[in-house]
Amino acid sequence: MEALLIAEKLRERFPEEVLDIKEFRGQISVTVNKDKILNIFRYLHDDPDLFFDYLVDVCGADYLGKKEKRFEVVYHLYSIKHRHALRVKAEVAADKPSIDSVVGIWAGANWHEREAYDMYGIVFNGHPDLRRILLPEDWEGYPLRKDYPVKGPEKEWPGFLDVLDKAKKYREFEWHG
Amino acid sequence: MGLITTLETAALVEVEEGTKILSPNIIVTSMDKLINWGRRSSLWPMTFGLACCAIEMMATYASHNDLDRMGIIPRGSPRQSDFMFIAGTVTKKMSQIVRRVYDQMPEPRYVISVGSCADSGGIFNTYSTVQGCDSFLPVDVYIPGCPPRPEAFIDGIIKLQEKIKAEQFHWSRWR
Repeated sequence: MEALLIAEKLRERFPEEVLDIKEFRGQISVTVNKDKILNIFRYLHDDPDLFFDYLVDVCGADYLGKKEKRFEVVYHLYSIKHRHALRVKAEVAADKPSIDSVVGIWAGANWHEREAYDMYGIVFNGHPDLRRILLPEDWEGYPLRKDYPVKGPEKEWPGFLDVLDKAKKYREFEWHG
Repeated sequence: MGLITTLETAALVEVEEGTKILSPNIIVTSMDKLINWGRRSSLWPMTFGLACCAIEMMATYASHNDLDRMGIIPRGSPRQSDFMFIAGTVTKKMSQIVRRVYDQMPEPRYVISVGSCADSGGIFNTYSTVQGCDSFLPVDVYIPGCPPRPEAFIDGIIKLQEKIKAEQFHWSRWR
């Protein structure tokens, strides 16, 4: 099915939830309200004509100063059976950003959501194991946010300071013959 | 009787400075020379790679460049290794593991820092990357490149061999 038809079908089914449909270079993005996202995805996953059985990617995005709602969670869906794809976006406000987890629908969302949490601090409600996935667990801050300094905060991560301390301490035991 | 007469008559031939050969198979040399020769002729690296430089490192180990001919055989355990390539971007999170692997290696041990990331952080002047692995490791040889070609790897190893060759009294605590 054409992606635009899918988007129209989705709008018919959820007229309140679908906020915007955009086309860019033949790819369709549907912006939806984040509150009933589980119903929308359950429908996209289960409907026999749509049958989006493969969640390609979940990622976050930060539109600091560019959009009213700062964050966006982007879902790339694909149907292996019908070979059609759709992009779904959900805007998330900056204050305590949170959205429902889709791990119950696609188990593969688990690590993707953890990555979005790790990098943007977006909390996925109902996620079975929401921990940082790439950075150390005691890391402070969310590095892919636009207001995060590229070279890191003033305060160095304590784990690396430990390594430097250790290196300094062990230097006197180095064997020089 | 025959052997003794041979020894008396045969001459000591100096093949290089400090090494003399008494035909047929007696070699007179210093402890330094003997130990440094043994050490540099069979350098076993720790099998450890971090990023794209590790791909180039594997290519160097493989048949085309064939580090085996230099006595270099990658080992799976730090306890059997003589030196270690820091091949790739060292993140702060990974620095703990790199240091632990280094600490497990028996002495004498050497470190070759490979590529611009391990040398200086490279293009990754960011929150997550260590700006040069010499901040927490004693590095012996730096190999530049992004990533270095196998020839650069071999050059780095030869540099390390030259360094070992020049060592003095690096073989006894009681000396």
